Amino acid sequence: MSERKIVDAKNTFCPGPLMELIGQMKMAEIGDELEILSTDQGSAADIPEWINKVGHEMVETSENDGVWHIVVKKIK
Amino acid sequence: MKILVVGGGMGGTILANNLARRLSGEIKAGKASITMLSASDKHMYQPGLLYVAVGKMMPDELYRDQVSLLESCITFRVDPVTKFNLKENNVLTESGKQYDYDIIVISTGSRAHAEGTPGLAENASQFYTEADAVKMFSSLQKFEGGKVVIAVGVPHKCPMAPLEITFMLADYFKERGIWDKVQLHYTYPIGRVHSLEPVAKWAQPEFDRLGITYETLFNMKEVQPGKIISEEGTEEDYDLLITVPAHKGMQVIEDNELGAGGFIPTNRTRLNIEGYENAFVIGDTTNLPISKAGSTAHFEAEALAENIASTIKIGQPVRDYDGKVFCFIEAGEGRATYAMFNYQNPPDPKAPTKGIHWFKTAYNKMYWASARGLL
Ligand SMILES: Cc1cc2nc3c(=O)[nH]c(=O)nc-3n(C[C@H](O)[C@H](O)[C@H](O)COP(=O)(O)OP(=O)(O)OC[C@H]3O[C@@H](n4cnc5c(N)ncnc54)[C@H](O)[C@@H]3O)c2cc1C
Repeated sequence: MSERKIVDAKNTFCPGPLMELIGQMKMAEIGDELEILSTDQGSAADIPEWINKVGHEMVETSENDGVWHIVVKKIK
Repeated sequence: MKILVVGGGMGGTILANNLARRLSGEIKAGKASITMLSASDKHMYQPGLLYVAVGKMMPDELYRDQVSLLESCITFRVDPVTKFNLKENNVLTESGKQYDYDIIVISTGSRAHAEGTPGLAENASQFYTEADAVKMFSSLQKFEGGKVVIAVGVPHKCPMAPLEITFMLADYFKERGIWDKVQLHYTYPIGRVHSLEPVAKWAQPEFDRLGITYETLFNMKEVQPGKIISEEGTEEDYDLLITVPAHKGMQVIEDNELGAGGFIPTNRTRLNIEGYENAFVIGDTTNLPISKAGSTAHFEAEALAENIASTIKIGQPVRDYDGKVFCFIEAGEGRATYAMFNYQNPPDPKAPTKGIHWFKTAYNKMYWASARGLL
């Protein structure tokens, strides 16, 4: 498996964390893990919803000092 | 001090002009020079393509000679860069020349890449080049009614384009008197109709009022004649497919392995290429998670010009780029609004008005003053 890629979407409103993740997922290889950093609380719900709908894997979610760390894995 | 600007679009032009004014003394004294390399002798006002696609502007209204927009002390060459030797502080160009620099600024923009989605380029109308916008207008003119689907890829330049083209299409079909025969169906990649929450909150009831249907969490996977399939497993039939395709940076950026997808890893406040102190990126070519918009390129160019000038004058930068973006939003029915935000402050768009639409219409002409750095 390749190294985990960090996608820093802190303090950004447009396109926002989920759009950023969708774009990065397209460029990732199957099996890659991406860790998205977000200060938008909505992302903690939006990102898992999209990941589940498309069929990728949620690896973990945590919050530290107002920054959400959401780790996902590209499955297909 | 040799400053090399690669790209003569929105970002490169504003940066070069701003810098030329700040460094006029140094340039006159032969202590600094600014050279711009671009891929075209023309400068296009890209937002005008939206209007070309619906027959409201002619393509020739979108262009000016690049030289006419530049301060006379800037050396301008149409000679696209083919190789970036960032470690050796030089670039090679299509004509075979080598240009050495002390400071380089890259602003080569981004391009729609419909070819990245199977079947999209063959089956959809798009408006991100002059030829495509003219072709889209022909398709619209031939259309007599049915289901029009709007499909949006990620990333794309101009975050407002998906909404704007939808409202402009509604106006277009109304003006042609066939609105009652058209079902306009808007799709969007995330769970609301626009990435900016306040814009989505305003746009959704507008869609409801106009009878525009919508589907969120819809990312294009594959397009077939008459049918589009999403990553999320849904399908939509269409009679006419309009797309904002996913974008890439320029091929030369990928070929030089400067960044995945042609987007260069960039420091979000200083705008330098990560790992380089004398190489900078502005505009669509950065990998920053902010809007790919002319206004972003504009505000980045102003901040960077100030920092490059101050570095030459006092040995250090004086300000950070704060993430500022300003976007007009055409709302149809002769109205528009705008959204302004930065890294710290979210947007708070107001209800669309006719006044803002007229201001945007005026800006379509004032753009040239903005590119010259006068606005
Ligand atoms: C349909 C549409 C609507 C839009 N609407 C809006 C809007 O309403 N508001 C807004 O703010 N933005 C809008 N935009 C986006 C805006 O036009 C871009 O974000 C902006 O032009 C980006 O500036 P840039 O300097 O990064 O790139 P560009 O302006 O695209 O310039 C890139 C330059 O690089 C040159 N170049 C390319 N390759 C090379 C090379 N190898 N060597 C040297 N030079 C090279 C090109 O010739 C060009 O001069 C819209 C865009 C489109 C297409």
